[in-house]
Amino acid sequence: MIKLTEYSKNGGCAAKIGPGDLAGVLGQLPRTADPRLLVGIDTSDDAGVYKLSDTIALIQTVDFFTPIVDDPYLFGQIAAANSLSDVYAMGGKPLTAMNIVAFPVCKLDPGVLLTILQGGQDKVIEAGAVIVGGHSIHDDEPKYGLSVTGIAHPDKILTNAGAKPGDVLLITKAIGTGVLTMAARADMFPEGVAAAIRSMVKLNKAAAQVMDRFTIHACTDITGFGLLGHLREMAIASNVSMDIDTKTLPLLPEAKEAAEMGLVPASAYNNRGYLTSVTFASTVPEYIRDLCYDPQTSGGLLMSVPEDIAAQLLSDLKQAGIEESAIIGRAFNKKGGEIYVC
Amino acid sequence: MFVSVDARGLACPRPVIATKKALEEMVDGIISVVVDNLAAKENVVKFATANKCEVKVEEKNNLYSITITKGQGTVAELVHKGVQNDTVYLITQQTLGQGNNELGAVLIKSFFYALLEKEPLPRAIMFINGGVFLTTESSPVLEHLTALNTKGVQIRSCGLCVDYYELKDKLAVGEITNMYSIIEELSSASKAITL
Repeated sequence: MIKLTEYSKNGGCAAKIGPGDLAGVLGQLPRTADPRLLVGIDTSDDAGVYKLSDTIALIQTVDFFTPIVDDPYLFGQIAAANSLSDVYAMGGKPLTAMNIVAFPVCKLDPGVLLTILQGGQDKVIEAGAVIVGGHSIHDDEPKYGLSVTGIAHPDKILTNAGAKPGDVLLITKAIGTGVLTMAARADMFPEGVAAAIRSMVKLNKAAAQVMDRFTIHACTDITGFGLLGHLREMAIASNVSMDIDTKTLPLLPEAKEAAEMGLVPASAYNNRGYLTSVTFASTVPEYIRDLCYDPQTSGGLLMSVPEDIAAQLLSDLKQAGIEESAIIGRAFNKKGGEIYVC
Repeated sequence: MFVSVDARGLACPRPVIATKKALEEMVDGIISVVVDNLAAKENVVKFATANKCEVKVEEKNNLYSITITKGQGTVAELVHKGVQNDTVYLITQQTLGQGNNELGAVLIKSFFYALLEKEPLPRAIMFINGGVFLTTESSPVLEHLTALNTKGVQIRSCGLCVDYYELKDKLAVGEITNMYSIIEELSSASKAITL
């Protein structure tokens, strides 16, 4: 049995370049202005959005990473669910996808690649989209992901910049895929690892369908920068502050134990180093802090919604089988970007 | 028991896995882990704390030395309880005192017998030159030294001396050490006694 993760140092979204390093590079590039570009790189959103007509906006996103699990079929599924998620997070519907492949053809059986692609394709089909092609290169370290194109009505695009003071914050998946994929590499906490894999292969499609029936102020998905990193992006883009209540934070089984055992990915510490405007109440235990910074792969949606619909939205999400959905905090009209965690 | 784990250059979670392996193979003693990045340091400290071990970290030149103390029978715990103190003995010959050698042989036996009977026990006993005859097979005090060793007293014999007297294969108690470690032990002890 091959162990795909042995071919990579950091799996999944933990392989992402840190937000600090990335901002330093992107900040040096000139901005391209176009009135039809509805969402560009300025607000660190999940995908770019380009207005094609008064009724159709094009949503484009790309995501790929190194193996996060050993099983090639699961790796393909997780990479695809993760790539498709960015379109859902923008309020869109995925239409087409293209494979991005890096693979050591001389070192690994091509059958492994076939299985990865099968996993990806099955998720694209489940999403109701179609694979139209792709590109592959030789590489010692396998990598896989997709470039996904979707559409939405230009007026219904959900960015991370729309959160308003008084909003309630909701997430749709439990936290902890980073520590639990570390646990998988250490052959520990098999129950938690299995739950993390189930969570990562799950599309955000059903959550997006429920979301479509409500007024949503802002939405993003939680990936490599961790819960706090993505909350922070939303808070800055929306110019609000946020209070997070970790007592209601849904955690994957054994994520607590894995974090306490020191199975915390290096990129969680990078996220912690970068996020300086986060304040923790002294009562928040160490493992919760680690999990708040934990890089998520194929994480859930994070929504900022008006208070009066929050309860109904939560109940509809649960009814649609998205059991881990939870209200985790609120947005406030204080100095923009500050986050208080209690 | 003392184990060192070199986890430099290893990506997470491998430093934790290496520490876990060392900890599982040990009933009590000290593990010294060296890592070269902050994430590995934090994770090894978390792991050791979760396993109810005492942890101490020192940083030097971007390297972190993590000292993990496991169990009840460790030196630190014993010193704390007054069973053991921080004294180190340096034994330089196989008899005790100057003068008649027969008398010296009797005296050294009664010395180790008395040492064994009286608490607190010393932290370590170092043997150099002719002293190494006491830690090797035909030693008249082997029984006492073995008993001291089981009670947590470190027994160390000078490697160069053991080689010189061709006793290398005959070491019967404790471990081989070198001059650097001997100096370190003597200078770090609260009291060093030479006999």
